[in-house]
Amino acid sequence: MMDFATLLQILDSTVRLATPLLLACLAGLFSERAGIFDIGLEGKMLAAAFMSGAIASVTGNVWLGLLAGIFASLLLSAIHGLASITFKGNQLISGVAINFLASGLTVLIGQNWFALGGRTPALEAGGRFQPITLPFAETLRDVPILGPIYYELISGHSILVYVALALVPASAWLLYRTRFGLRLRAVGENPAAVDTAGISVVGIRFAAVAICGVLCGLAGAYLATALSAGFVKEMTAGRGYIALAALIFAKWRPWYALGACLLFGLLEAIANRFQNIDVGAFVIPVQFMQALPYILTVVILAGFVGKAIPPRAGGEPYVKER
Amino acid sequence: MEKMPRWADVFLVPLISLFIAFVISGVVIAAIGQNPLEALKIMVTGALGSTYGWGYTLYYATNFMFTGLAVAVAFHAGLFNIGGEGQATLGGLGVALVCLMVPWPHWSIALIAATLGGALFGALWAALPAWLQAKRGSHIVITTIMFNFIGASLLNYLLVNVLKPQGSMDPATARFPEAAKLPSLHDILAVVGIPFSKSTPANVSLLIALLCCWLVWLLIWRTRLGYQIRAFGKSEKAAVYAGINPVRITMYAMLISGGLAGMMAVNNVMGEAERLVLNSVEGAGFIGIAVALMGRSHPFGVFLAAILFGFLYQGGAELAMSTPIPRELITVIQALVILFTGALDNMVRRPVEQLFLLARRGAK
Amino acid sequence: MTTDTLGGRPATAAPLAIELRGISKAFGPVQANKDISIQVARGTIHGIIGENGAGKSTLMSILYGFYKADAGEIIINGKPTIIPDSQSAIRAGIGMVFQHFKLVQNFTVLENVILGAEEGRLLRPSLAKARQLLADLSREYELDVDPDALIEDLSVGHQQRVEILKALYRHADILILDEPTGVLTPDEADHLFRILRGLKDQGKTVILITHKLREIMEITETVSVMRRGEMTATVKTAETSPEQLAELMVGRKVLLQVEKRPASPGKIVLAVENLRVKDDNGVDRLKGVSFTVRAGEILGIAGVAGNGQSELLEALGGIAHGQGTVRLNGETLDLTGRHSDGQSRRAQGIAHVPEDRQHLGLIMDFTAWENVVFGYHNAPQYQKNLLLMDNAACRSDTERKMERFDVRPPIPTLAAKNFSGGNQQKIVVAREIERNPDLLLIGQPTRGVDIGAIEFIHKQIIALRDAGKAILLVSVELDEIMSLSDHIAVMFDGRIMGERDPATTNERELGLLMAGVGAADPVRGAA
Repeated sequence: MMDFATLLQILDSTVRLATPLLLACLAGLFSERAGIFDIGLEGKMLAAAFMSGAIASVTGNVWLGLLAGIFASLLLSAIHGLASITFKGNQLISGVAINFLASGLTVLIGQNWFALGGRTPALEAGGRFQPITLPFAETLRDVPILGPIYYELISGHSILVYVALALVPASAWLLYRTRFGLRLRAVGENPAAVDTAGISVVGIRFAAVAICGVLCGLAGAYLATALSAGFVKEMTAGRGYIALAALIFAKWRPWYALGACLLFGLLEAIANRFQNIDVGAFVIPVQFMQALPYILTVVILAGFVGKAIPPRAGGEPYVKER
Repeated sequence: MEKMPRWADVFLVPLISLFIAFVISGVVIAAIGQNPLEALKIMVTGALGSTYGWGYTLYYATNFMFTGLAVAVAFHAGLFNIGGEGQATLGGLGVALVCLMVPWPHWSIALIAATLGGALFGALWAALPAWLQAKRGSHIVITTIMFNFIGASLLNYLLVNVLKPQGSMDPATARFPEAAKLPSLHDILAVVGIPFSKSTPANVSLLIALLCCWLVWLLIWRTRLGYQIRAFGKSEKAAVYAGINPVRITMYAMLISGGLAGMMAVNNVMGEAERLVLNSVEGAGFIGIAVALMGRSHPFGVFLAAILFGFLYQGGAELAMSTPIPRELITVIQALVILFTGALDNMVRRPVEQLFLLARRGAK
Repeated sequence: MTTDTLGGRPATAAPLAIELRGISKAFGPVQANKDISIQVARGTIHGIIGENGAGKSTLMSILYGFYKADAGEIIINGKPTIIPDSQSAIRAGIGMVFQHFKLVQNFTVLENVILGAEEGRLLRPSLAKARQLLADLSREYELDVDPDALIEDLSVGHQQRVEILKALYRHADILILDEPTGVLTPDEADHLFRILRGLKDQGKTVILITHKLREIMEITETVSVMRRGEMTATVKTAETSPEQLAELMVGRKVLLQVEKRPASPGKIVLAVENLRVKDDNGVDRLKGVSFTVRAGEILGIAGVAGNGQSELLEALGGIAHGQGTVRLNGETLDLTGRHSDGQSRRAQGIAHVPEDRQHLGLIMDFTAWENVVFGYHNAPQYQKNLLLMDNAACRSDTERKMERFDVRPPIPTLAAKNFSGGNQQKIVVAREIERNPDLLLIGQPTRGVDIGAIEFIHKQIIALRDAGKAILLVSVELDEIMSLSDHIAVMFDGRIMGERDPATTNERELGLLMAGVGAADPVRGAA
């Protein structure tokens, strides 16, 4: 059986692995809540991961890296906004294009800058987000049960993990407690209601897409400068799609998103740690654990267990009519 | 009154989009310190300058014809099948099972059986997303994306735990028997006395792909089913008025689409690798999207676009070998093609329409 | 000008809330508003009445900043005002209640009310303030709604109150309501009128757009009548009568005389008993309709759009499910099961020219020949063999039909969207009539069709009748109903209000039935 220390390690790794999912998931949440479908989360994360890794390694400053990552992600967001809001194009096709654009450009530029086959150089300490030891973590370490939980699980993550966690209540607050949030949600449900109220649908949608870009930027930067020490080709490895799955699983709500991302992070942590799991009667293969987020999402989409209803105006460009 | 002539819609707009995509790619190449024209020259010589180059170009084009047709058929029904990757993966499983389970007496019989096996498995992998879309309204784009990942995990599991020969470390099936080996383009052309490079993976599947282009053309433009698929894709409301069953058409269109994607495995699994390996599809399912958009979902357009992307693939490989430009340049071009022919279509189209309106007014 | 043809300018001393001068608006070749001038006194309820497509909604959309007028002036409270967008309209004190509500379904009432008019960046103080104001408004105007209810849980009547509250919350003192009672029950409509009177008493100006005469008579003080994009008259309600308004609305149009012999009705082809249809939201749209159509007879269904005629055609045509009994030539039709689709109906001998030619009857991107086989794509004459269709046969058949119906240009390979409205309709009519059906369902046969084509299509319908076929004609054009039908049924609110003989009735009587007047005495004799 699993001992306490192993359990803590798995949970600790769950938090680390859930962080990029959570950031990307919240990113998608803002975009889709405003009625803009975004299957380009993957690409934006990838671009951000590359730029943050590259700039952090060149400057030795992780904060500059973070800014560069956010900038790269925002650039792709702008393309998505242009295609799906300004030119009323197909949001899904635009997302696909953005994923490929990021996938290709990161390697192309990476090879040109560093000639390491698409990698960026390994980051030195200054180029990475370092674990933060929370107050009293060392002192309380030896307190039974609670001590290790505090030391291992709660303390010792990089700043972006805490930022991601803080973004959950912040997003909920922004969406449900502010004027901007009200308008953003309204635009995703019935843009005509916002338009007839004299508010610009285009403006709010662009704002949502921009927030999505910033959050994907954080997610990507976390991958390259906190979870790993530098960018590796295709390092997002489908996390953008898992975030999309988590978003559906969470029914487009911030707190549920936290739950969904922790669940999917846990699945990844378990798969990483155990490979095949022997539950006595049969063996659960590691591949099943890897596929589980996607399977769960399909089940949710099928509507047999708690139907996930997307924002009503999602995916449709807004065309004014009386 | 038409906004612009048909030829402009069918040829001019895609060509302008393609031109923009290429110009931007040229800028990218220049930005990384290489000469775009030089790069183009290398690509053309590498992909089209020898029968060796042509062999690879046609091999890749064969893959893209299958996946491009798959996306195109779904497009005609108004469905965006983004799951070609997973369907082709499962198609590979079907082909491998057919090749390994039965001792085929001759490659031709094996080819027919493998084609059917690949199509069947591909269609099955499209069936559930199709059914969920038709009956439960689950968004087919999301479900097919999910099925790509589920398919990859399933194949991974099967290769590692079930299909891997004993003692092998490689997550791959055993090599297919010699009798299931497909004739290469070299063998075929030798019959009619045309010399062709021996060492390319282009094989008889190319002919099947061409046949599929023709069959899909027949299906879409000449059969009742194709007629109903197109009607449904243009307007679900009108289709219901005419008594066309939306559930049935969604299912048929997606099964055909998945089947076409699955058939790709005849080329890459049976024709080239001669065994099933991990990630055998290598993104061809996604390139099908670009091919179908570029080819305006018409089989002949898909054919041309597939050749174009085959050229880009082979040319890109040559480029990667002789210059510091990595293969991923092709991914960038592919992205730009999807962006301009798909998502930003209105950006290209509107000015062209306006020009035609102006020209017409000027003529009056 | 066209105003003031009757009754003169409303001779009130009250200052004007709204004055429009010479408003014109065209959509392509269609002149939706032609030089319209109108004056509405402050603190009154002003009605605007007219048939569908008369241009009422366009005029009000211009006033609310949705469209920009091609010409004309808007003067609000004595001040010339330019209204480029909704924000400006709101600032000018105009509130609009659209026919289709602009509410966010999964928001609360309170959230919907403040949307776009929040007091500050944070919701809580805005909501608290709005809650107080809403409570006051609700009390003042009998507008009770639970501020915390979700819109999707509210009845249509309550949703409408939210729309009114939205306008009041934005300090609107001119309130425009577009066909507000179309979706309300009589009780709800009565309540709405009480609210509107209350608003008027508080000094607000109300503009009521409707096609229902009864409402105009009941609540307005002045009424403007629109017909075909023009303002035909503005009169004091007290000085007019429903009959006079009906006449102004419909106009003394020259009846298109259709030459036809008296009908010689044969056996009953279509027998409908207590047919009911619900829409996707579960709302009853057809509330128990019974009638029969005989061979060699045209039954015309008159009525204002949206009173159940569309649902009737859809249920009979196999597009929508329904309950009740429908017999065709004595055989019961499947209304819900496997055989309740368009293909089965066609096989049973029902042809259907749908009301919505652009979205149902044709596929605009399809060529003419693809549209001519549409719905009959399984017919043996269009097949080459088991697998393939005979496109050449389809095209030559289309050529023949195009020639017979004088479709111009007679090019089978031209896309449907490139034909004029009249020629598009000829394609649909040719397709359906040439099948020689036992029963033809035909909705709005001449909507958006030029005069020449109207005459031609009418002749074809008569010819089919004379060939002994049964025809169910639905039209919002009264003169079309009058000139074609052998028998007329008037629909209102999902029911048949009465049946009349075209020889003994007149447009005024039908107009009253269409407006829901005369429900109490449906057997009242002809005038």
